[in-house]
Amino acid sequence: MRQTIIIAGKEFRDGLRNRWIVAISLLLALFSLSLAFLGAAPTGAVNVDPLAVTIVSLSSLSVFLLPLIALLLSYDAIVGDIDRGTMALLLAYPVTRWQVVLGKFVGHCLLLALSTVIGYGAAGFALQLTGGASPAAWQAFALLIASAVLMGAVFIAIGYLVSVLVRDRGTAGGIAIGVWLLFVLVYDMGLLAVLVADQGRMITGGVLNLLLLLNPADAFRLLNLAGTPGVASFSGLAGLAAQAHLGPPLLAVALALWVAVPLSAAMAVFSRRQI
Amino acid sequence: MTDRTIVMQGVSRRFGKLWAVRGVDLALQPGECVGLVGHNGAGKSTLIKMMLGLLRPTEGTVRVLGEDPADGKAAVRQALGYLPENLAFQPGMTGAETLAFYARLKRQAVRRNADLLDRVGLGAAARRRVGTYSKGMRQRLGLAQALLGAPRALLLDEPTTGLDPALRQSFYAILHELRGEGAAILLSTHALAELEGEVDRVIVMNSGHKLADGDIQVLRGLSGIRPRLRIRLAQPFVDPVRWQRWRTLPGGLLETSCHEADILPLLRALPDEATDVEVVRPSLDEMYATFLQTHPTCGEAPL
Repeated sequence: MRQTIIIAGKEFRDGLRNRWIVAISLLLALFSLSLAFLGAAPTGAVNVDPLAVTIVSLSSLSVFLLPLIALLLSYDAIVGDIDRGTMALLLAYPVTRWQVVLGKFVGHCLLLALSTVIGYGAAGFALQLTGGASPAAWQAFALLIASAVLMGAVFIAIGYLVSVLVRDRGTAGGIAIGVWLLFVLVYDMGLLAVLVADQGRMITGGVLNLLLLLNPADAFRLLNLAGTPGVASFSGLAGLAAQAHLGPPLLAVALALWVAVPLSAAMAVFSRRQI
Repeated sequence: MTDRTIVMQGVSRRFGKLWAVRGVDLALQPGECVGLVGHNGAGKSTLIKMMLGLLRPTEGTVRVLGEDPADGKAAVRQALGYLPENLAFQPGMTGAETLAFYARLKRQAVRRNADLLDRVGLGAAARRRVGTYSKGMRQRLGLAQALLGAPRALLLDEPTTGLDPALRQSFYAILHELRGEGAAILLSTHALAELEGEVDRVIVMNSGHKLADGDIQVLRGLSGIRPRLRIRLAQPFVDPVRWQRWRTLPGGLLETSCHEADILPLLRALPDEATDVEVVRPSLDEMYATFLQTHPTCGEAPL
């Protein structure tokens, strides 16, 4: 445990030093503030909570941006250290290989969590200062940040799996981009195409639910857009929310499994890997 | 058996179809400093990685402090110091922070790090970022982390690359101190000449095989290169009949080669005309070249 915390602390500090945290926080703040003030413009006339509308926009943004950031943080984590010779050195110390993977993973998750809280929090506070937001909207906003970090953790775990499987950093980077394209763009387009072609014959509601859970980005989207009633009505997913039998706890469990499975696989592969 | 710090018996390691190390036996005693010599791909780094337990041997056994290092026992790792080849630390951290991280991992008191940094000559640069360090400074920081916790076995992979001659001397001075404290030191290099006078023993590797293992005297015997005797005469003219076994060198020197045992009789028999005498023994570089010639490379091994 102690060794894991030491490694996590180092990874976090590295992120502070090489300005990862600053860069991610600024990027997220920039996007969230633009969405908060530009995207929430129509709320005035209909007297809708601007924070609730911002959550809808931020959820869509998170689905694109956070997996990309998470994969960029993580694809190099193991293979890069092997390249630089620091992994051989680290493993010559009294640490086990799973402690190394877990420690680095925790460090990267903390990095992403802090950046997300700062970046998205900036928009929340700006809206609170300018017009005020309802407690319910704040609750949904907290859920958004928590689930965004969880989704980030999913893609960090997938990035680690990529990082332990490949021999060089370039390949890892390429595969990471491929993973991003697959889950964020290709999967949903493919699913849509299958649904249209199928016309509801083979793919029933239950199968669709399963297919949505098989993509962590979709699980995140459902959790935020359909999970909270106030938000669901603005996102146009209120109908889906009523249909889908995927409650927030189930979606959260699915995301947690999406962290646990790739991370355990990464640890298992790394424990057998030649350094 | 247990008094030896590192023992390898019949160790081989294969990567795919290539044998990086083949049938190597070696042992390191406490307080012994051994040079591991070979060109790139000779199997030096693979040997060291097996001693660290990072690689398991395909055949044979490795014991470090009586344990299999691949089991990863904390007590063994605690007692090992390692400096990898081409090590690159995180450039954003300072030297002191980098060393503090490794000290915590090794459960050593971080407050002792300042002394260690002074010892390797980095005391003044401790608060500077590693990214601003020269190659020699990074190498010394690498050495500092290897010295954490007074290791009983020190494995140094190409430790002197990037060090200027003065730093190299201070580096060997540190190694001498550690030997005095009972540490077994293995250092790999392909710069043989610098090992002369610094190590107790040299192990020569080529294509994964151990070609030679012994102190300088043993290696000289094995190499078959005879020592040479050089003399200068008061009279530059040389009688070719009288000096027939000597050949003339530029600068009025005469040279002959002989067996080690014949050196003293030859010196005693020298006439008064000889004004200057020098015994030239084969350098490590010459011996290494001879070893490689007599055991030609049978293809580069990986790592």
